[in-house]
Amino acid sequence: MTPIKTLIPAAILAILGAEAALAETELTVYTAVEAEDLERYAATFNEDHPDIKINWVRDSTGVVTAKLLAEKNNPQADVVWGLAATSLLVLKTEGMLEPYAPAGLDKLSPQFRDSDTPPSWVGMDAWVAALCYNTVEGEKLGVPAPTSWADLIKPEYKGHVVMPNPASSGTGFLDVSSWLQLMGEEGGWAYMDALHENIAAYTHSGSKPCRMAGAGEAVVGVSFAFRGAKTKIEGAPIEIIIPSEGIGWDMEATAIVAGTANEEAAKTLVDWSISPKAMEMYNVGYAVVAIPGMAKPVEHFPDNIPEMMIDNNFEYAANNREKILSEWTARYDGKSEPK
Amino acid sequence: MSVTGAETLPPGREPRIRLDRDGIVKRLFMGIIALYLLVALALPLYAMLSKSFVTYRFDLTAYEFQVSDEDRVFGEPVSAADLNEELQVFTDQQLHSSSDGRLTAVDLFPEFNFRSKVLYRMRGTKEHAPWLVGLDPQDTTEWQEYDSNTFRRINLRPVASVGVQNYRAYFSNPSLVSSIENSLFIATISTVITVLAAFGFAYALSRTCMRFKSTFRLIAMMPILVPSLLPGIALIYLFGNQGMLKNLLFGHSIYGPLGIVIGSVFFTFPHAMIIITTALSISDQRQYEAAESLRASAWRTFWTVTVPSARYGLISAAFVVFTLVITDFGLPKVIGGQYNVLAIDIYKQVIGQQNFEMGAVVSVVLLVPAVLAFIVDRQVQKKQVSLLSARSVPFQPRPNPRKDRLALLWCLIVAVFIAGIIAVCQFAALIKFWPYDLSLSLKNYAFDRMDGGGWAAYRNSIRLALLTAGIGTTIIFIGAYMVEKIDGFRTGRALFQFLAMLPMAVPGMVLGLAYIFFFNDPANPLNPIYGTMTILVVSTVTHFYTVGHLTALTALKQIDAEFEPVAASLGQPFWRLFARVTVPVCLPAVLDISIYMFVNAMTTVSAVVFLYSTHTALASVAVLNMDDAGFIASAAAMGMMIFYTNAAARALHALASRRVLRRTQAWRAR
Repeated sequence: MTPIKTLIPAAILAILGAEAALAETELTVYTAVEAEDLERYAATFNEDHPDIKINWVRDSTGVVTAKLLAEKNNPQADVVWGLAATSLLVLKTEGMLEPYAPAGLDKLSPQFRDSDTPPSWVGMDAWVAALCYNTVEGEKLGVPAPTSWADLIKPEYKGHVVMPNPASSGTGFLDVSSWLQLMGEEGGWAYMDALHENIAAYTHSGSKPCRMAGAGEAVVGVSFAFRGAKTKIEGAPIEIIIPSEGIGWDMEATAIVAGTANEEAAKTLVDWSISPKAMEMYNVGYAVVAIPGMAKPVEHFPDNIPEMMIDNNFEYAANNREKILSEWTARYDGKSEPK
Repeated sequence: MSVTGAETLPPGREPRIRLDRDGIVKRLFMGIIALYLLVALALPLYAMLSKSFVTYRFDLTAYEFQVSDEDRVFGEPVSAADLNEELQVFTDQQLHSSSDGRLTAVDLFPEFNFRSKVLYRMRGTKEHAPWLVGLDPQDTTEWQEYDSNTFRRINLRPVASVGVQNYRAYFSNPSLVSSIENSLFIATISTVITVLAAFGFAYALSRTCMRFKSTFRLIAMMPILVPSLLPGIALIYLFGNQGMLKNLLFGHSIYGPLGIVIGSVFFTFPHAMIIITTALSISDQRQYEAAESLRASAWRTFWTVTVPSARYGLISAAFVVFTLVITDFGLPKVIGGQYNVLAIDIYKQVIGQQNFEMGAVVSVVLLVPAVLAFIVDRQVQKKQVSLLSARSVPFQPRPNPRKDRLALLWCLIVAVFIAGIIAVCQFAALIKFWPYDLSLSLKNYAFDRMDGGGWAAYRNSIRLALLTAGIGTTIIFIGAYMVEKIDGFRTGRALFQFLAMLPMAVPGMVLGLAYIFFFNDPANPLNPIYGTMTILVVSTVTHFYTVGHLTALTALKQIDAEFEPVAASLGQPFWRLFARVTVPVCLPAVLDISIYMFVNAMTTVSAVVFLYSTHTALASVAVLNMDDAGFIASAAAMGMMIFYTNAAARALHALASRRVLRRTQAWRAR
């Protein structure tokens, strides 16, 4: 009997040991990645790292940023994977990110990483502004397809353009900050004054303008290319247009939250997040990824996106965000009175 | 009997001792529930109020600079405040900021040139004096040295202080102040239309011999079963730029006040109808007989008898509708276009701009009309009770073909409006891609591929509704029992009544925001419930506490007060009486409270929109978020799921009520 008696605990120990080796590390990952992509991202990551389980906490860019800031003194997240770089810059100014140089950092295009060494964050892909133009309604209403930002302030677009409110939408903010960078402060505000006359509505989210254009509620939606392509696949009669002056963009980026208890697993995830395999994964929905030369064309995305992206000054955008938004709100928000 | 004889009698049992123990237990229960209301309502509101006075300000006295000459010899340290005093760069107004503010340091140095060889040193002179070098935060009292190219990237950060600056900023911002006007405007118009429509409807139900009364009553109650933003979605499908009936608007846009008003009439209609029907049903036949014998015309009778007897109901309905409209944010969100109202401002400030302090300010502003309307309504309600006397004879309508036909027409119009809106939503949910692909499909029900939390959100909502109904009904009914059946202890009871009435005066969004401030504070021992289902249940129970409390009180008042002394004299503790008599007798009211809690927990958006977390996403919030992201058809689909769930719950409730009535309420039908 004795051998069995000793065998059983030994077997239990062995099983426990095996369990322990396989025991999952759970990472709480905050993200603003589009809802339809989350499952795919986690599954692809788990192909290489089955031992790390990702618990997603997803919301829109603004809300995730706010949540992180609110938890500043008691962080709940281990990693931020897929949040706008401008938001990560804000978190950096609050000292909330753990600098880390992931493996393969040197392969990234220099724009797609924090300039400090080691960097506080690394980029994944670019998320670019685009216009969604409804060809059916455009023809019906005699509104031609715009080719540039300047077109949008022409009188024939009056009441046919929707854009996101930059105070609530990351896409809206990158539009406004790109206009201010392209046209200068004065020219940018003058442009927005004129554009305001043509705007039918400022929406809360960056997706909605394109959805509205897709459903014919508006003719032109100022939105982002990803949403445009997805809406087109669904059957909307829209064209995705890149304005000729150049387009604002932001990148989705990854960072380790300072103070995480799972630093090793967090580093593994960040390493993987800039691997070629991850880039291929991002490339399904995004035409520009952080490793140059890797991206393949994406269905319904215009080819010229990389050339059209402006030389975005993220520090300017982050440090002037408050000033720009209060100016914008004072000028355009809630001005329309009942007529 | 002589006095001495009395002295020789053996001492009797202490009277009232049992009662006293009951009294203690009752007071204890009341105390616990009062404590609940204090923690779940009063303290959060206080936290919000104090948050509205937190301001952010650049404290220039906290920084010192030293500038060198070209040969890098540093001059005397000088404080930023002195520099500003001397140069008048920043006005006092500019030094006020939000938590995300930044102030460029070089503005204090007019001769600054980033190519010069001049070096700059700066340090904080106080404990907390933050600044940024580019994007790197600094906060130190040690001197830091920067070359001029780096120095131009230095921004000062604001620190928190206390003051009325937020209110000043609010009232000097024309776009925010215009929201007050807009809110009052749409609330007033909606109130007038809803009360008129509901009065006609209620009149038809209680004063005519029109047919299909129960069907009409059923249809009129439908809007209670859906979130307030659902009519907004239907209106987009009907009157939007691709709307089916767009031409009916003659070029007017449905986005804006027009859409808000139509939608508000839809969702407030049942509330007004219930109140006015109750008011009309307690009229006195004798007054009409008197009018008839005085040969008053029907028109005159209407104005001198019908309307005055229903006046308190009308006033009460008006205030309820007004409050519902002014505090609702679902509709303006969906169909308001660029038309800003107070409730939207709170949402924008908090969710959009993360400016919690300003959100608190708008909340306080929104609290004012809500509290005023509440106070007036309570005064009116008090007066209404005395209208009926014991000699009143209930009114019996007589057939009058012309009147009945008119009534039918009126009800038909309202019913088509209400049922039409719901039908359009169901239609919208099933269309593949409006307006370009009209084939039917269930793809809009694939909630898991969209924002908002997917089917899990729907399951969470049902869980929340069940928990709210169960826990809420228990708390509310026990609280009402204790406050009604306790002996003496007037001050305590009055205080409890006040606490129980308070939730009605607090708009949901204000409550939700107050919860963020109160429960998201790490110093609060209750902090762990933040982000859990518990906080959603607590907020929902609290938000809808008052109506449940009033329902319970009404039912309890119907029970003869003799039961308690009888039970006490029989030596029975009060809880036995409570379990054996009170609860069974009040079971219909208990069921009413629980269905009210259930339905509202399914549809509410206002408080929970600030409180849900990723794991506790709710169906009603999902409707909002899917609409936000532009997935309107899916939002309609989720809204209809809420509708069917609530309809099923109500049907179950009706069935249960009937059985319960038959079993426990036989005594009523004597």
